[in-house]
Amino acid sequence: MKNICLYFQVHQPFRLKRYRFFDVGKDHYYYDDYLNKHILKKVVNRCYLPTNELLYSLLTEFKGQFKVSFSLTGIFLDQLELYAPEVIESFKKLADTGHVEFLSETYSHSLAALGSPEEFVAQVNLHKRKIESLFGLTPAVFRNTELIYSDSIGEQVSKMGYKAMLTEGAKHVLGWKSPNFLYYNVIDPRLKVLLRNYKLSDDIAWRFSNHSWSEWPLKSETYHHWLKGTPKNEDFVNLFMDYETFGEHQPVESGIHQFFEHLVRLIIKDPETGFALPGEIADSHQSVGPLSVPYPSSWADEERDLSAWLGNEMQKEAFKKLYSLHNLVIQANDSDLSRDWRYLQASDHFYYMSTKFFTDQSVHNYFNPYNSPYDAFINYMNILSDFIIRLEKKTKRIVYKGIPIEELSGDPLNDAISDYEGILKVLRQKRKKIS
Amino acid sequence: MRVLMFGWEFPPHISGGLGTACYGMTRGLAYRDVEVIFVVPKSYGDEDQSSVKLVGASQVPVKRRTYVFTPANPGTNELVSSSQSLEMTYIEVGSNLLPYLSPEEFQKYTHEHLQKNELTIQEIEQSEIAGSAVLTEVVGTLDFSGKYGSDLMQEVSNYALVSSEIAHEQSFDIIHAHDWLTYPAGIAAKRMSGKPLVVHVHATEFDRTGENYNTIVYDIEKSGMEQADLVITVSNLTRNTVINRYGINPDKVVTVYNAVEPGTENGVETITKSVDEKVVTFLGRITYQKGPEYFMEAANKVLKHSNNVRFVMAGSGDLLRKMIRYAARLGITEKFHFTDFLKGQDVDNMFAISDVYVMPSVSEPFGISPLEAMRSNVPVIISKQSGVSEILKYAIKIDFWDVDAMADAIYGLITYESLPLMFRHYGRDEVNSLKWENAALQIKNQYMNLLYPSNSPL
Repeated sequence: MKNICLYFQVHQPFRLKRYRFFDVGKDHYYYDDYLNKHILKKVVNRCYLPTNELLYSLLTEFKGQFKVSFSLTGIFLDQLELYAPEVIESFKKLADTGHVEFLSETYSHSLAALGSPEEFVAQVNLHKRKIESLFGLTPAVFRNTELIYSDSIGEQVSKMGYKAMLTEGAKHVLGWKSPNFLYYNVIDPRLKVLLRNYKLSDDIAWRFSNHSWSEWPLKSETYHHWLKGTPKNEDFVNLFMDYETFGEHQPVESGIHQFFEHLVRLIIKDPETGFALPGEIADSHQSVGPLSVPYPSSWADEERDLSAWLGNEMQKEAFKKLYSLHNLVIQANDSDLSRDWRYLQASDHFYYMSTKFFTDQSVHNYFNPYNSPYDAFINYMNILSDFIIRLEKKTKRIVYKGIPIEELSGDPLNDAISDYEGILKVLRQKRKKIS
Repeated sequence: MRVLMFGWEFPPHISGGLGTACYGMTRGLAYRDVEVIFVVPKSYGDEDQSSVKLVGASQVPVKRRTYVFTPANPGTNELVSSSQSLEMTYIEVGSNLLPYLSPEEFQKYTHEHLQKNELTIQEIEQSEIAGSAVLTEVVGTLDFSGKYGSDLMQEVSNYALVSSEIAHEQSFDIIHAHDWLTYPAGIAAKRMSGKPLVVHVHATEFDRTGENYNTIVYDIEKSGMEQADLVITVSNLTRNTVINRYGINPDKVVTVYNAVEPGTENGVETITKSVDEKVVTFLGRITYQKGPEYFMEAANKVLKHSNNVRFVMAGSGDLLRKMIRYAARLGITEKFHFTDFLKGQDVDNMFAISDVYVMPSVSEPFGISPLEAMRSNVPVIISKQSGVSEILKYAIKIDFWDVDAMADAIYGLITYESLPLMFRHYGRDEVNSLKWENAALQIKNQYMNLLYPSNSPL
């Protein structure tokens, strides 16, 4: 029996509004409500509602033979609560069938695992509580933003009590190994690692409606045949993809829904194939060996690395300044500030600043509200400047060039000292004159 | 392959970007084994108006020179190819043509100067041009029965008449004419020789004057484009103008982007800034086309929020006085400076002390100056209404009228450190990859298509 493990990622960021430098200090609302609502509604109608409906009919028809797993980000759920609460109800219906698994991840689809271990844990717990309260299920398997994984991130996840984690079956990670086996974390062997079969996943997620692809038009029978064609000793195939594949990345008109429904029926009808959830695979299979990933990998672009989010100087500056605020945000202990800080952490904001769009245009332009990465960077930094001013006021602390003075070191520390000495000198002279 | 090329200026006597572009192009063509006979009217830029010479009616002095191009960087021998023909014939026709003057301005100008100047034949000057040496100089005269007048249109047609004489004398395979002043010359040469004509559009009347265009100039442009076998434009922006405003068949209009000559590393003085503030620069003619008022409005917005910045408007033009008054009215003159016209080393020095360069052009067929700024490691903000924005990646692009976006980009570049760092990091490489050898190869391929349509290489 070859099991197909389906996992769908569902996420929408709170896109930022056009925010000029002269708004800094005056306007403390950062989000483009119209755009966010508009995009969400569009995807709700083309993807979330119709695909949920299809899954519900398959789940009820095949009672336990068909199963799927989801990861819904916290900020996606926040958006649904604001603009499309009916979709939350629809996900609850899926959860109630008993054959849907929800995974854990960071609340705001963030890069916190790379920026701040404390914030990473805080966000994961926040997300877990959100899933529990909405669906009554406690996630036991973890997936990190953009499937970003490294040995040490895996170790942190294991410490939080998760039994398994999902990541990309990247070529440079696997080498000759197959993604269709279970592995374990090299530092903490208790954590099992499931790998995405990127070839078979991307056949659906990226290539399905590509007319210049040699396999177009792809038939469910052909694809089922490919699944069965994987070596006999490999018990499962992990198909991980964005949920927006169904109706958005692959348009409704491409027949993606019909393809999927027919594929599910073929898999169930065939006694040699079936479905399994990530948690079930982690429980029922022995891991075949350790997986060593010393440097973080992801599921993005050709390189499967972090270069889409932290590749250039702008992304690094924005990231560094954002996470240097961690202690101040905790000190502030203010729900508005905490919320804004988390929304600003969404990896999407860094993705928009990527200069890789010069080559990977199509992917990076998806729902990108900016004309250029420079535009994205300037807008983000203007907002961050305002956020810092609010934080300074609330905590009565000083932030020097984007970094709290407590966190300064090296050249910036010396710069700050000479700047403040200059100010003190002027103030002392003034006092002298007055007295 | 030999090309008879008509221009209106050539270094060192240049008043705009066209001469620089022609120089680079002929150099690139020489590298690609294309021989060029370059014909220019004897012309003087407005920086040197006192030495205008008018010549007698029946004899047109013709200077002929042979240029030998030397390698761009002596160390690397970059421009030395297998080719033996790194030289170019250069013919100067005595004329009163002044580039960048409208017919009306031209008339006013010649009236002022006609009385002052003696009519003598221009003496040969020994001129050194960076990257090339003058090998031989021959002075001759060409019999010609036309009359010179103070009328620009008359000059244009006279130039055409002389050119047809030259076309008669020389042997060549193809004719290439740069901008409207030379189109009649190109057409005349085509009629005389029957060889194919290429017209090269560096700017159109719409770019120069907006909607209040001169219909005579428009007609000359249109007829040049119509009679040409091929129209080369410097950007897709200009290509669209040629197709939509002049009604030219899109099939014969192709875009070949300009390039830049590699920067010279040696001899550049290291100028140090004498002010602490960041310096944001506008450099160009202060005319409607260049959008100076948008720059000033953006400056005003930035100055309201930042003390750490000064603005410089370098150049001269018909809007200069208006701009000075505008700055005074906004009350920003202590942080907004004017330099008047800059040239040569002063331009390099200006770039050396600049932290941001802004080109807010309302309409710019190509726009070479941002490339010069980037070559000097200065981050640039350019309008989307410029041809150069079609090829640059490491530049911030804004609509010229979007003053908020321009101000925001300026503020971002002077405030958030990683942004200028990135531009300095990659911008120079990007500019240095735009080579005239490559542009010249595209032009040569177009020549080949015209001459041998059946086995075209493209």
